[in-house]
Amino acid sequence: MSKSPNRRKFLKSAVLAAGVGVGRAQNSGDQQPPPDDPTKVPGWPARAYGERSRFEKTVRAPSSQGTSSGAPLQDLNGIITPSSLHFERHHSGVPDIDPRRHRLMIHGMVDRPLVLTIDELKRFPSVSRIYVMECSGNGFRNKGAKTAQDAHGLVSCSEWTGVPLALLLREAGVQPGASWIVAEGSDAAKMTRSVPLAKAMNDVLLAYGQNGEAIRPEQGYPLRLFVPGWEGNISIKWLRRIKVVDQPYMTREETSKYTDLMPDGKARQFTFEMDPKSLITYPSGGQKLGPPGFYEISGLAWSGRGAIRKVEISVDGGRSWSDAELQSPVLPIAFTRFRFGWKWDGSETVLQSRCTDEHGDTQPVLADLVKARGDHWSYHFNPIQSWKISADGSVQNALV
Amino acid sequence: MRWCSARWVLATSLVWPLAAQAPTYGLGRAAKPDEIKAWDSAISPDGKELPPGSGSSAEGARIYAANCAACHGKTGKEGPNDVLVGGQGTLNTNKPVKTVGSYWPYATTVWDYINRAMPYNKPGSLTSDQVYAVTAYLLSLNGIIKEDAVMNAKTLPQVKMPNRNGFIGDPRPDWKSH
Repeated sequence: MSKSPNRRKFLKSAVLAAGVGVGRAQNSGDQQPPPDDPTKVPGWPARAYGERSRFEKTVRAPSSQGTSSGAPLQDLNGIITPSSLHFERHHSGVPDIDPRRHRLMIHGMVDRPLVLTIDELKRFPSVSRIYVMECSGNGFRNKGAKTAQDAHGLVSCSEWTGVPLALLLREAGVQPGASWIVAEGSDAAKMTRSVPLAKAMNDVLLAYGQNGEAIRPEQGYPLRLFVPGWEGNISIKWLRRIKVVDQPYMTREETSKYTDLMPDGKARQFTFEMDPKSLITYPSGGQKLGPPGFYEISGLAWSGRGAIRKVEISVDGGRSWSDAELQSPVLPIAFTRFRFGWKWDGSETVLQSRCTDEHGDTQPVLADLVKARGDHWSYHFNPIQSWKISADGSVQNALV
Repeated sequence: MRWCSARWVLATSLVWPLAAQAPTYGLGRAAKPDEIKAWDSAISPDGKELPPGSGSSAEGARIYAANCAACHGKTGKEGPNDVLVGGQGTLNTNKPVKTVGSYWPYATTVWDYINRAMPYNKPGSLTSDQVYAVTAYLLSLNGIIKEDAVMNAKTLPQVKMPNRNGFIGDPRPDWKSH
């Protein structure tokens, strides 16, 4: 091959021209059309940080107050939620934190109160685990919601990497008599929750990684508590402090909020685990089927108490049920993708899914939950979701 | 293993069985007493972390009007954000009103949350005296303490909230599977 300076110069300028041209096309404001035949022009050169095709438009749906945004479940494949689409929930906005200045303090009923930098923390033995994360309030009374995202979008699943909290607690030396920890964030809410020590010593992570890179700011950069299977808000983000104590501290987020009022006026407290739940994501609200014929029904199931054992599908409004195929891997406390082949005959019907977890707990209908809890509870909402298929193929939320 | 919520409440009475241990990794450094003091602001129900200082309802009314009323209403009942006053006796009715007075089980939580996160757009801007005063004002508006009562590290944890015994564990799964 020729190595003449002129040829190299020509190649370089050609690549640069292509790169600059396509780079412009990547900007959202640029409407430059793609080439008619992409095999006839060179593509763009390697980029330092990737982004999706400009033709992909699915996004999170921020709430009007900006305190949460739902993941577009109806547009996702497989079991991993891309970090950019992972749902958000925060109580005083997302803080901007320089990881070099961030510190984690462990103190209270310990022999050796510790302060760690992020770099020091990362030197501890770490693990990576695929876990679902669901907001305590996900899905509550979603009758008005049109799409899977609007109705149930405050749930996502990522691979989380971090240091088992038990290692750090042992390093600090937990004293006899300790029974809880209090975890505190460094956001403007200084979000604080109490966690039983037994859970803290079991499977809780101090997580710094999400889907292979650093945790996103919305998820707690540079460090979050990750409490597998439990309501999302207890996994304190932007974690700066763990105090080992001998009682729950009854913070606002475990008394005034995230408690459920029963008909007798008593309120259930410390409802930690997220219950088994499933959801058909295709076809789901706001989508439209084409002509009658074959469709693959697909969706997600998860349980905060372990692995999903079974997902059943009804294509006749709950009169009959058939097992869906569970796609491997079927992991504990993670999204499980299910699939079910269906021939639509073109008539109006209602599609439903219901899951059963490894403890034999099966997702209930809403009426059963209302019977057990009355009308004034709001968290841990996991009834069977119904999607109505009209004769014209349109799909609507029909939660019953 | 099933981690039933009700069991966590019971777990508070258990002692974690750990013998004295030596550090394994030797990473990080010892936390200094002044660092711990600066951050140790979460207030337990027994109030042992409460700082010195005090405040009365009359002082709290002025601070509330300037810092809180815009979001929580002139008398704590009007909103638009969380209603703070009233609602006692409604929790078992068809229209329960959950407020500091009707629902919150511990007065220490009121102090903790105001000190921690309020005012929303200027968290951490109130002094300890001011937090005691606003807490006193809210408790007084709810009829829980007398108008002239002074709140401090000793008196606040002794305040008995009306809904102190209103919380129970959770027996789920509480539905019948078909």
